[in-house]
Amino acid sequence: MIRELSATEWQAKQGRFVALWTDANFAYALYHPGELVFVALEQGGYPALAHKGAGWFMRLARDLNGHVARGFEAAPPAIDHGAAPDGSGPWPEFARHPAEGAHQVAVGPVHAGIIEPGHFRFDVKGEQVLRLTARLGYEHKGILGLMRGKSPAHAARFAARVSGDATVAHSLAFAHAAEQAAGLTPPPRAVNLRAIMAELERLANHASDVGAMAGDAGFAFLDARFALLRELVCQAAQAAFGHRLMMDRVVPGGVADDLAEGGREAILAALGAVEAELPSLRRVFEDYASLQDRVVGTGLVPPALAEAYAAGGYVGRASGQRGDARLSPGYAPYETFALYVPVEQAGDVAARIKVRLEEIPESIRLVRECLASLPGGALCLAPDPATGMGLGVAESFRGAVWYWLRLDAGLIADIFIADASTLHWPLLEHAATTSILADFPLINKSINGSYAGGDL
Amino acid sequence: MVWKTTIRHILGRAAPALRPDPALAKEMSARLQAGGARKLGRALSIRHVAAGSCNGCELELRAIQNLIYDLTQYGLSFVASPRHADILLVTGVSNRNMAQALRQARTAMPEPALVVAVGDCALDGGVFKGSPVVLGGAKAVVPVDLVVAGCPPNPAEIIAGLVALVDAHDTKMPPKPKILPGMT
Repeated sequence: MIRELSATEWQAKQGRFVALWTDANFAYALYHPGELVFVALEQGGYPALAHKGAGWFMRLARDLNGHVARGFEAAPPAIDHGAAPDGSGPWPEFARHPAEGAHQVAVGPVHAGIIEPGHFRFDVKGEQVLRLTARLGYEHKGILGLMRGKSPAHAARFAARVSGDATVAHSLAFAHAAEQAAGLTPPPRAVNLRAIMAELERLANHASDVGAMAGDAGFAFLDARFALLRELVCQAAQAAFGHRLMMDRVVPGGVADDLAEGGREAILAALGAVEAELPSLRRVFEDYASLQDRVVGTGLVPPALAEAYAAGGYVGRASGQRGDARLSPGYAPYETFALYVPVEQAGDVAARIKVRLEEIPESIRLVRECLASLPGGALCLAPDPATGMGLGVAESFRGAVWYWLRLDAGLIADIFIADASTLHWPLLEHAATTSILADFPLINKSINGSYAGGDL
Repeated sequence: MVWKTTIRHILGRAAPALRPDPALAKEMSARLQAGGARKLGRALSIRHVAAGSCNGCELELRAIQNLIYDLTQYGLSFVASPRHADILLVTGVSNRNMAQALRQARTAMPEPALVVAVGDCALDGGVFKGSPVVLGGAKAVVPVDLVVAGCPPNPAEIIAGLVALVDAHDTKMPPKPKILPGMT
């Protein structure tokens, strides 16, 4: 569903805002569950939207395309920090917090662990965080520009590398968009194989991230065991699909390759191992007061704020939001599996961990059911060089990933990518202010925005 | 019964202490010192910098520390600051926004230092080659000693690369920490 709005209607539009972007002539805004509206650009600009989540997108549109959101000119850049072509440039200055006795702590862009780059500026008073400003864009690689002018088959390699931890989900959302633009329905076997890969990716990420959070709270044992469970899933993915992260396996039109011989057994064995150990690890999480003390009430995202940002994934679901792109707008094959989506209300680190722990057994069930009902037949259909517009979505482990593209004679004329993280970064800025500075690594990990996914 | 144990201790004789064969002990001690110096010389610290990655390589860098690959058994471990590091491990393309931070991280390291580029992006920009905001691979910003190719390279390949690098540079790198006086 797509329609043009006048400038007044554009600004008055209500709904759960997902993303905003511009092309040469129009500014587009996407609302749940897939309602696309656009307004004509006037003198290289468009009226700013008041939705909470729109800020990053309007800054990005200015940095990428030079289109100004009128009424939002004062916002800082998103990805263009004024660095010279060789990368040299001024160190950023941030306005100081007016509170008496407040001082600033600068972190990044190089972080202390094995993490992506980003700059965090904390205004703190003693231990309490008064304000956090995230300055992102350090992973910016110009992906949208690289995808333009290429065929969907060629551009799929970029979609798979927007955010490596959600490579299957990004490839899937891109494939959905390209297939809609070309009027193509992928074969049933490919649809099931895609769901198997997507759920394996989800449970692998949930396992390792939950472990990493326990590790941050001093429970190295849990980190080690959860990392091992992730490793088992990665090895099964290697055996079944020929790649530990299942990169480049989902392509427009279907899947690149069939389940390898012995792949089914490898996957089932890994799922069995995860299922066997999960209850005891979960008990450790719930039984240790010192661990609960670190996570309960830490990094609060109130349900009202999560709703205002239309937060998805475990960030939204831990704060009372029911959204899951697998159900709404929904895509094949999930309508056949009566999907269970856990929802919590507390909005703290503990709630986000709880949601993720509950999603693991559900993903195990889905993979088993998909394997049991795996239809035969073709794996991939070759798309004809089409002209048209496509909107695609997939639920990554951290929330909905949206792709919009316009094909012109089989080549991508324009494209936009909205990772769930984009709506979650501002929530991290808020959550950090509900706790002390020392809790920030735990809070950051519990929301786990993708730096690469937002910076493009 | 506590009193029984107590009486046995009072009345009993101490068993002769077990003593190793002096010749064997001497030989083992010499071997340990020689081997220890070599091994300690290999105990290198790694600082990781992602300079424009997709975070796929970071996942595999975490995997090389898990119970199966256990990086520390090779004397290698990740540290939180370039000032503590012998090896700078770069993932991702070198993009415009990260080039300066990458240069600064390399400058902050004590010499001698090695630079390892992990992944196809750090090799030459990978699929992102040709983007106006991508300077190229890691060598566009810092001199590189070793490249581990792959998208992403799997954990075994990353470890094999790191161990090969340490082997190749064994003679050039002074042992760390320095051998204490009295050890030969």
